[in-house]
Amino acid sequence: MRKLDLANQVKERIGGISKKEAGILVNLLLDTVRDTLLRGENVKISGFGSFVVRAKNDRVGRNPHSGEELLIPARKVLTFKPSQLLRDRLNEK
Amino acid sequence: MTKSELIDKFSRDADISRQRAALLVDAFFESLTESLGDGGRVELRTFGNFSVRDYEPYVGRNPKSGDSVYVPAKRLPYFKPSSQLRDKLAGK
Repeated sequence: MRKLDLANQVKERIGGISKKEAGILVNLLLDTVRDTLLRGENVKISGFGSFVVRAKNDRVGRNPHSGEELLIPARKVLTFKPSQLLRDRLNEK
Repeated sequence: MTKSELIDKFSRDADISRQRAALLVDAFFESLTESLGDGGRVELRTFGNFSVRDYEPYVGRNPKSGDSVYVPAKRLPYFKPSSQLRDKLAGK
């Protein structure tokens, strides 16, 4: 399923908007979430889960192919932690 | 940022009423949950992909008491951020 299918479901759910409008709004919503994460702030959606930005330190890694050592620089990574409710929903029936 | 703060910011960014923003945010995450519940995969190009992974049952241990516990098979959602988003976060 792609963004357009999801936008369509959102349209069905709330009604009173066009497919095009739903698509635009879903894009804007994702932009808002992304901007927040890029500022380093976590986004917690109750009932769904948390998008968590974690800082990673420098470390020495290895190219698995050549065996060469290389420095993996400090960076931020994004992880998703599902809420208990979402976990339960996936394990129903 | 909590859901309610996200609704505030989204209503400002998209220039729509707070009520409408709340409706959209709920409908969005509800639709996403439903698709994942059906075992589906959801690809949001610039943001990332959500998928569902199946885990086999295993015998684990309670780390405190050391007792063996049976952990039944389960499904867990997995989110992989888009490479675009990963690179941006990494400061590339």
